[in-house]
Amino acid sequence: MAEALFECRSLSKLFPVKTLFRTIGNVHAVEDVDLEIPEGGTVGLVGESGCGKTTLARTILFLIEPTAGQVVYRGEDLSDLKRKAFHAFRRETAIVFQDPYSSLDPRMLIADIVGEPLTIHRMAFGEDRDDAVLALLERVGLKTEHLYRYPHEFSGGQRQRLAIARALAGDPKFILLDEATSALDVSVQAKILNMLNALKRELQLTYLFISHDLSVVRHLSDLIGVMYLGRMVEYGTREQVFDDPTHPYTRGLLAASPSLDPDDRDRPREVVLEGEVPSAVDPPSGCRFHPRCPNRKPECERIRPELVDIGDGHLVACIPE
Amino acid sequence: MESKENLLVVEGLKTQFFTYGGVVEALDGVDFEVRRGETFGLVGESGCGKSVTATSILGLVAKPGRVIEGRILLNDEDLLQMSSKAMNRIRGSKMAMIFQDPTSSLNPLFRVGYQVAEPYIYHQSRRKRRALHDAMRMLEKTGLPDAEEKTKNYPHELSGGMRQRTMIAMALTCEPELLIADEPTTNLDVTIERQILDLVADLKRDFSASVLWITHDMAIVAQLCDRVGVMYAGNIVEKTDVRSLFRNPKHPYTVRLLRAIPSSVSTAEELEEIPGSVPRLIHPPTGCRFHPRCDHAMEICSQIKPVAREIEPGHLVACHLYNEGGETDGGGVV
Repeated sequence: MAEALFECRSLSKLFPVKTLFRTIGNVHAVEDVDLEIPEGGTVGLVGESGCGKTTLARTILFLIEPTAGQVVYRGEDLSDLKRKAFHAFRRETAIVFQDPYSSLDPRMLIADIVGEPLTIHRMAFGEDRDDAVLALLERVGLKTEHLYRYPHEFSGGQRQRLAIARALAGDPKFILLDEATSALDVSVQAKILNMLNALKRELQLTYLFISHDLSVVRHLSDLIGVMYLGRMVEYGTREQVFDDPTHPYTRGLLAASPSLDPDDRDRPREVVLEGEVPSAVDPPSGCRFHPRCPNRKPECERIRPELVDIGDGHLVACIPE
Repeated sequence: MESKENLLVVEGLKTQFFTYGGVVEALDGVDFEVRRGETFGLVGESGCGKSVTATSILGLVAKPGRVIEGRILLNDEDLLQMSSKAMNRIRGSKMAMIFQDPTSSLNPLFRVGYQVAEPYIYHQSRRKRRALHDAMRMLEKTGLPDAEEKTKNYPHELSGGMRQRTMIAMALTCEPELLIADEPTTNLDVTIERQILDLVADLKRDFSASVLWITHDMAIVAQLCDRVGVMYAGNIVEKTDVRSLFRNPKHPYTVRLLRAIPSSVSTAEELEEIPGSVPRLIHPPTGCRFHPRCDHAMEICSQIKPVAREIEPGHLVACHLYNEGGETDGGGVV
């Protein structure tokens, strides 16, 4: 396995819930998460909305400061980085957001949108910058004539290409793809996924891919983390998580996602998840999944299960039988 | 005889939008039927006309749109010939719709219970107290936890899944014969989506309703529908039962669309792409609207619009490849 690009050590993020005068509680968005992102790999994060996928990813990029724990990038703690080194870290990391309609400024020309990182990081100016932008546009399958247009002239798929071109502008090592294909139609999504795979090979990129669509995560990721209410409940390679899901939540999630085989509807489902995700302000004690768990035991209410290696780095946080 | 089998028949439906930029030919002769007791899926990508089909059936096409041609028969009555007053009586009682986004379809100023009770008051002239009670029972049937408490809540106090259950309860109040669902699970998490799919399947049985399910998600079609129509740029290009659609897709668009899905079965590196993009419908391609993106395109494809032909019992395809029977050596698109 390649060296770790990012390492999170017992990372937590709480958001205070305030009234006018005092703090009345905390949203436990991310709690005690350890995660390693190997260089050149793609880590996929799955889980239902509100499970802390996005907060974890943004904390890793230090867009949100963690409440506790460390993020280590190439062996250095991010909170210790000096201004200049932090600036370099910002250049080496980039994000592609879910909604390409709100992530591109409608009043900026494409040349400025894609070229802005080049200006900020003082990489190219004037005509050089336009040439660099052009090279980036070609890389994502757009043309010269698109340079002086506005975002509204592009379709959803093209806008997502623009967002990817902008992410590539700083010559990054790492890209966070936060539901980057969720807003697209399948045929457009196929093109973007193929392009992301090709870019990763050509530029030796590392991806952190967040999605609620399990088949997309499976297609793109080598390593997969399953989150539930701010905690990592299962972590392993694609094969470990998809072919041998062990945590009851992972099993329920996989069973719930509809398959393309019409005959599957008549097969009884192994695990059925009932109810909804509880509030993260006052999360359940012990194992946070216990109120919805089909095989809960009395001790699940009291004991908080730790991630345990069940073989070859396949980590599961569940009290064994 | 036909009327016994088919609840809804849509024939040659053409809906157009008269915009300043030109006439958008959103629906270009759509034909399909929903049989009694079945779930018919209408599947396609954004802008293919799925939702316009639904609003045309309900008579809710907004200006500048208009239904130009065609017939929509519900129990042999042509809905397009009806007065708006007659349509008001049918909407909500004989056919009802579940919308995609429950947040914007529920009125934020009224309690949930009252909104579900409204159809009882309007269509069945029940008294308010009785209607509220019945609404609560209906919400219980859709699996809303503590339905009695929840009827006093406002929509913003409910989660997305609960709001969608409320929408379903509202649609089912008058026990409609036809339930039209326009992507009702698109904004929901997979586990909640699964609960809603199971719920609709159960309720459909209990109320012996027929369902027209509109979606872009082939996996939902595979798990829920009996028969399917695949739409592309305002046309139904393929119509068949769900098993033969997934086992033996015929239309080049269906074939490629199915291969573009990062299916959870294969982990092949490359996904199949469909070249080009969905055409604008102001000046749509002539002949077959898919021909500019089709790798089987022949000369005739750009000239004559293909007619749907029954190539196997119950399997209709609108493609010149399948004209005159055996012209394609029986193999079709591979």
